[in-house]
Amino acid sequence: MRRTNQIGWLFVAPVLLLVAFNALIPLMTVVNYSVQESFGDNVFFWSGLQWFEQLLNEDRFHAALGRQLMFTGIILAIELPLGVAIALCMPKKGPFVPVCLVLMALPLLIPWNVVGAMWNILALPEIGLLGYGLNAAGIDFNFTQSPVDAWITIVAMDVWHWTSLVVLLAFAGLSAIPDAYYQAARIDGASRWSVFRHIELPKMKRVLTIAVLLRFMDSFMIYTEISVLTGGGPGNATTLLSIDLVKKALGQFDLGPAAAMSLVYFLITLLVSWLFYTLMTRGEQ
Amino acid sequence: MRYLSWLVPTFYILFLLMPIYWLVAMSFKTTNEILGGFSLYPQVWTFDNYAVIFTDPSWYWGYINSIIYVSLNTVVSVGVALPAAYAFSRYRFLGDKHLFFWLLTNRMAPPAVFALPFVQLYYAVELFDTHIGVALAHCLFNVPLAVWILEGFMRGVPRELDETAYIDGYSFPRFFTRIFLPTIRSGVGVAAFFCFMFSWVELLLAKTLTKVAAKPIAAIMTKTASSAGYELGLLAAAGVLTIIPGAIVIYFVRNYIAKGFALGRV
Repeated sequence: MRRTNQIGWLFVAPVLLLVAFNALIPLMTVVNYSVQESFGDNVFFWSGLQWFEQLLNEDRFHAALGRQLMFTGIILAIELPLGVAIALCMPKKGPFVPVCLVLMALPLLIPWNVVGAMWNILALPEIGLLGYGLNAAGIDFNFTQSPVDAWITIVAMDVWHWTSLVVLLAFAGLSAIPDAYYQAARIDGASRWSVFRHIELPKMKRVLTIAVLLRFMDSFMIYTEISVLTGGGPGNATTLLSIDLVKKALGQFDLGPAAAMSLVYFLITLLVSWLFYTLMTRGEQ
Repeated sequence: MRYLSWLVPTFYILFLLMPIYWLVAMSFKTTNEILGGFSLYPQVWTFDNYAVIFTDPSWYWGYINSIIYVSLNTVVSVGVALPAAYAFSRYRFLGDKHLFFWLLTNRMAPPAVFALPFVQLYYAVELFDTHIGVALAHCLFNVPLAVWILEGFMRGVPRELDETAYIDGYSFPRFFTRIFLPTIRSGVGVAAFFCFMFSWVELLLAKTLTKVAAKPIAAIMTKTASSAGYELGLLAAAGVLTIIPGAIVIYFVRNYIAKGFALGRV
């Protein structure tokens, strides 16, 4: 049992100061911009909720949001089952476990723009291993021209990059299950499926919640990899929310609209994360 | 069927290694060979790409910059997260639950949202283009993560440990450094690993917050790629070198990672 002691605040103070400096000040700056009109040279006018109205009625925003939701949906639908399946197939102990873990964690430690650059040179139709290979096998593949190919490439890249995180988490959850559970199941003659459904899945619930949350957040905020790989193209086919936002903020320097978009974007991320969190931890306590 | 289950992780690992192989192969090719057409492995091995990186200060300083700010960030993040995680795991205080969730929400802020205000903020406090500036900025997402991981580990340590130490006459700082920290050292290792990892791979903030003096290697790559035309071999060699620090770190913590997640509240 935890003791009530307000001294806790003293311990938390350094974290609070640091995160408040990094989070609150920039957030307030964004809020500030989002309700003003700027004419360069630091001349600002109050513009109320104009930018928000404009944004929410904008086709460009709807399209980017739609693409973003589709991307995140595809990513979650592929990476979670795949990651759990791989973790289930891994040996439980033995000399190969550390080898597997080290090799699998490798993609997680590569800077994100290097990941984008890697997949770019891998998928280039004339000189890349994947692009050349597919074309040589008679499959017409060019991610710089065809939107479908571009989508296949970014999804493949993200699966390559992040499935290992799900594997590591699921594997950690699995290795926390005592052997006695499996022995009991064997005595009862439980099938492989019911072992998974009634022992492994409930025991992995905690780590899978984390996996869903982290994968949702990071795939929803993805920027660097895709911007290096496709730059949002061909056309706007892979212009997800964050790419659109950066185009608006840094490319066109529309501070007000970009700030409004930032806030809406942040709120959507927060809301969906909260929904996932409440749904998946429901009935815990 | 059970005997074939090792095939799944094997194929997965092969899939993971394919792009890495391609990057390594490309780093040993000459630019002419790369652009000249497809070849599965280097026809003429060249080490020129690596030689350029190790002799040109604007390249190798990128690595030093990255390593400086990543290490600073790891130290700062774990340093401030330790007492906070202790408080969350041991005490109840006004607003503790809300505070914990608020900390986590910072992990959900898209860096693209914060890029512009960050530049203005760090200009204002004169930390723009400094190592400590980037390290502090990365605390935005690493501190919440470190608190989260450490709190899980500390929760697993029974309270009796604290109480016995106080009865034995330990003061709080002495107890914390002599007894408590050694007990949760694998947790500290896991937290440090994740801070290192996320700071090493993040680029958007690191790139926008720096100009020359603290520019990370990954950002120098993009700049060179656009200004020097399409020097793919050089780009690939720089990419290969960015994988190495991560690979070294992961080798050292390989036994802690799985355990860390299992023990932690995650």
